[in-house]
Amino acid sequence: MFDGVRFAVARDLRLSFRRRGDVLNYVVFFVIVVTLFPLGVGADPNLLRSMAAGIVWVAALLAAMLSLQRLFASDYADGTLEQMMISAQPLGAIVVGKVVSHWLVSGLPLTLLAPVMGLQFDLTQEAIAVLTVSLLIGTPVLSLIGGVGAALTLGVRGGGVLLALLVLPLYVPVLIFGAGAAAQVLIGMSAAPHLSLLGAFLAISLAVAPWATCAALRVAYD
Amino acid sequence: MLEANGLACERGDVRLFSSLEFALEGGELLRVAGPNGSGKTSLLRLVAGLSRPAAGTIRWRGEDIRVLREAYARELLFIGHANAVKDEFNAEENLVVALALADRQVAPAARAEALERLGLAERARLPVRFLSQGQKRRVALARLCLAADAPLWILDEPFAALDARALGTVTELIDAHLERGGAVILTSHQEVSIRARTLHAIALGT
Repeated sequence: MFDGVRFAVARDLRLSFRRRGDVLNYVVFFVIVVTLFPLGVGADPNLLRSMAAGIVWVAALLAAMLSLQRLFASDYADGTLEQMMISAQPLGAIVVGKVVSHWLVSGLPLTLLAPVMGLQFDLTQEAIAVLTVSLLIGTPVLSLIGGVGAALTLGVRGGGVLLALLVLPLYVPVLIFGAGAAAQVLIGMSAAPHLSLLGAFLAISLAVAPWATCAALRVAYD
Repeated sequence: MLEANGLACERGDVRLFSSLEFALEGGELLRVAGPNGSGKTSLLRLVAGLSRPAAGTIRWRGEDIRVLREAYARELLFIGHANAVKDEFNAEENLVVALALADRQVAPAARAEALERLGLAERARLPVRFLSQGQKRRVALARLCLAADAPLWILDEPFAALDARALGTVTELIDAHLERGGAVILTSHQEVSIRARTLHAIALGT
């Protein structure tokens, strides 16, 4: 089981490294979207401060969604996924590995960039810290839920839009509590309840999403 | 070893075949023939456990393959229509991935020998996107050299896009596997001479 996870993580990371342009694209996309808001909204510090967490979170959602299409599509196209379906490694282990490596190249870089983005919006240090922690807990949920969507839209024409329609509604709770955590700090309240709820989402999606992804992949091949 | 009972397959609303029966023992070759679209690939995918038959069962040593899952996959080598080869990886890396998926430990020297045998020694370090169609196919087929312990080989058009030399190598590998007591199922449009003890043939779409 763990062999399978380790193998899938290592393989996908190596593949991402070979296609590092793609990975960089999503990160740059995230930075640009976040940067556009202060330019569009104007330089009122109070307004920016109150919007900051929401903007960073929405940009992270969009960046995660863009990168999701690659999760299974290229393996599906060249037949590797077919080999994974009938591999001696459990399919669940491979799926978990792929999702983990997706998070390492999409969620993690965004999380690490978040403090810099926070400075742009004149957030307090405490708010920046909470925003970063909320992304650290929340972005794995995006990868996990996204994996189900990516598996369900395999081989569907115009799958990209369908993927967005499937996955974005499921991202809503993560967005509300993720962005809410930093907002709580700004009004002088504790962010702990929001972060705990995010942690609960992570626990639930860890338990359910890989299983659902495997089922969706089997449906795609049946 | 392998036994299929009352197999039926549907693609969309079209029934490709129904009540198909066959049994395959070690050392035997099953060649599936038929015109394009007659369900050869679909049959191979059913037997590999990739898709579910509309009716019927496939048993491996007496047990349903859909129950066995990974235990069956461990005994199987499937080379499908798609090469399952990543353009960004070189031939050797692709082989490593394929072996890891099959959960087989193979020494680097054996990997190099496999690539050498398929005539890829000089191009083993080149990303596969720089290789020709036939060479990519050979990267996929290099797995045949390292799958002696998988009793069942399922090969979809293994000879397509190969030159005469590679065709000879692949035929030899299949011969050797049959001699060891392995079973082979393949589809092919070309007539190839394989020395099987018993040769079964299924003609679909007739």
